[in-house]
Amino acid sequence: MSTTTEVSPQPGRPTPSSPRPGARSVVLWSAVALVGAVCWAVLALSRGEDVSALWMLFAALCSYAIAYRFYARFIARRVLEVDDTRATPAERLDNGVDFEVTDRRVLFGHHFAAIAGAGPLVGPVLAAQMGYLPGTIWIIVGVILAGAVQDMVVLFFSVRRDGKSLGQMVREEIGVVGGIAALIAVFAIMIIILAVLALVVVNALAESPWGVFSIGLTIPIALFMGFYLRYLRPGRVLEVTAIGVVLLLLAIVAGGWVDGSALADDLTLSKETLVICLVVYGFVASVLPVWMLLTPRDYLSTFMKVGVIALLAVGLVIAAPTIQAEAVTSFATDGDGPVFAGKVFPFVFITIACGALSGFHALISSGTTPKLLAKESQVRMIGYGGMLMESFVAISALIAAVVIDQGLYYSMNAPAGATGGTVESAAEFVASLGFTITPDQLAAAAAAVEEESLISRTGGAPTLAFGLSQVFSEAFGGGLQAFWYHFAIMFEALFILTAVDAGTRVGRFMLQDTVGNVWKRFGDTSWTVGTWIASAVVVGAWGSMLYVGVTDPLGGINQLFPLFGIANQLLAAIALTLCVTLLIKHGKLRWAWVPGIPLAWDLIVTMTASWQKVFSDNPAIGYFAQADRYREARDAGDVLAPATDASQMDQVVFNSTLNGVLQAAFALLVLVVVANAVVIWVRAARAGGLPTTEVPHTPSRVVAPADFFATAEEKEAMRAWEESHGAETVGGRR
Amino acid sequence: MSAGAAVRVRRAVDGVRWYLREVTGESRWEAYLARCERDGVEPMTRREYERHRTDLREHNPQSRCC
Repeated sequence: MSTTTEVSPQPGRPTPSSPRPGARSVVLWSAVALVGAVCWAVLALSRGEDVSALWMLFAALCSYAIAYRFYARFIARRVLEVDDTRATPAERLDNGVDFEVTDRRVLFGHHFAAIAGAGPLVGPVLAAQMGYLPGTIWIIVGVILAGAVQDMVVLFFSVRRDGKSLGQMVREEIGVVGGIAALIAVFAIMIIILAVLALVVVNALAESPWGVFSIGLTIPIALFMGFYLRYLRPGRVLEVTAIGVVLLLLAIVAGGWVDGSALADDLTLSKETLVICLVVYGFVASVLPVWMLLTPRDYLSTFMKVGVIALLAVGLVIAAPTIQAEAVTSFATDGDGPVFAGKVFPFVFITIACGALSGFHALISSGTTPKLLAKESQVRMIGYGGMLMESFVAISALIAAVVIDQGLYYSMNAPAGATGGTVESAAEFVASLGFTITPDQLAAAAAAVEEESLISRTGGAPTLAFGLSQVFSEAFGGGLQAFWYHFAIMFEALFILTAVDAGTRVGRFMLQDTVGNVWKRFGDTSWTVGTWIASAVVVGAWGSMLYVGVTDPLGGINQLFPLFGIANQLLAAIALTLCVTLLIKHGKLRWAWVPGIPLAWDLIVTMTASWQKVFSDNPAIGYFAQADRYREARDAGDVLAPATDASQMDQVVFNSTLNGVLQAAFALLVLVVVANAVVIWVRAARAGGLPTTEVPHTPSRVVAPADFFATAEEKEAMRAWEESHGAETVGGRR
Repeated sequence: MSAGAAVRVRRAVDGVRWYLREVTGESRWEAYLARCERDGVEPMTRREYERHRTDLREHNPQSRCC
């Protein structure tokens, strides 16, 4: 879609100052505000009575609508001063490959598919141990003031810099020291994220022949799609995706048959075996050509993702389940929860990363998306709107976790060392927490989804799957709970594996690029030996972390998930630091609070959490305190539960020390970036601004609407513009 | 079903189809053909064109988030 034209009756005008809102608009937004306020009041004030989960859903939707309408618009107009007379990189540098003017709704789809994954599904499930209220507040307030702001502002600044990446912008706008620290942090954080995501898959598939069979089949299905698109009918993506989705559903159904057959024993894999499978898969997938596995798998997982989210929203409204969890549990104040240790502050804010504030999005908002944006004003819809949608996914996941029986929730999410692994011991353990569930009920729950056992199925995915299966079978009937459970497991595993594929490949390119600065040959991504070495290093890095997590006697998820959450939030700190820096350099010190407040909050949260994880003398929280406790016991010849022998004691000491060192290193890297930035802030604030790498204004010829729905004026402008140069359309439908 | 409703359904279906073809990149081929025709160039075959597109993706990996 080329976009240049000599005659332009309606060059993108600067956004006109808005006329006074009409009476209809005032009434509408007052109503939205009122409904939202009522929902929030019900959630905040109800204690000990039945509360419908729909209050959570509608509190979220009303809050999002208001934030999008008012705050995001304020940021676009006043803070960023988006300027539609400026040509975006997509218009100026259009090459039909990575720079290209794209329809805003299509780009929204691409951007959302890139940012949303398993994170917003897993974090809220784990955070449900604090009760439904802390998670709900953080997901909604966090996205409005922090997450969506970060995504939108980073996107805007990257658009003004030809789509430069976060790392490049930090180096050029903050300094070399900060740039190098950011580069290392980005790489390390990516490894942790991949390891934790893979751990979620391993925990979901271990001892589950149904799951292993269906997920295993996704590989031949993806290969078939790849070959179909390459050789049989090139380019027919929709057709092959439809075939793929049908095959996928068949694979889930077939998994149920396998479950009861002789094959089941062969497919009952231990966690250690699954780690080896995943590592081998990750390596092979990242060196194979993308058309074979990665691209078709990406089509499948994106369609499944959007489909399940839509289904869940409909299912929730129909089933209107009642919340079973308390508003705020005692674990929130005492910090002794079995799912993860620590009090509501700071730990709920790092456990729920994606969905409220996710630093990883800054990597998508800089780099790919800005090169496709038609108009600057669309940063609001793509950046802010895309993140609101992810937040909605997170709220839905939280709802799924708080509507299931809470005795079951704790039986599933407490580590095996605590529950003892049997229905009797789990029921006893849950009773000690103050919840009641009988061994029979636990066995019945497992039987309902046709799993051997649901005890200590940590990682979030099985709990979410159980919640979804309950909502779906209530909403749609038919007694298909086992199918829905495995459908949900499959859909999570599918896009985690896609993230692992893509992440490994991106990590490999980063490594090749970085090492290529020193050793030129290594930087050549078509050099096979280099590719293999780089892939092996990346897979080895996340694979070993994964192994550490899987074999951890203390339970991998509760040990590693905080590390993942903090790492993701620290990346957000780097991104928000860049946003503050750029606003000050552009002479907009008075608006620096917009990314400044989330930055301050994020730093308080992550630094408190890091401090506690490193220095706390409570062995349940501090990694080093934990290592010390086990080391002393080991040296005295004791074995501390949940470790069962001396080698497990060694393992705990090693794992905790490793996690502690990583935690400290991440925090220090971020402090280096922030310290470097503060120097620039002071300098820029004194000078009233500093030169930046922003590209100069080039007049735009493209005409495209700013928001999801074009206004009457925008439609008219589009029509006039299209008439002026024939049938060709840009940034909109014919 | 009244004629008006039928038209609306028809438009909605067309819209969804348009969206899916755009999002998956399936419609890129027609755009390419149109561009070739306008520029008066002989287009390559669909097989060559799609291969060219996937090969570009090979060196331009896109991260998928968590």
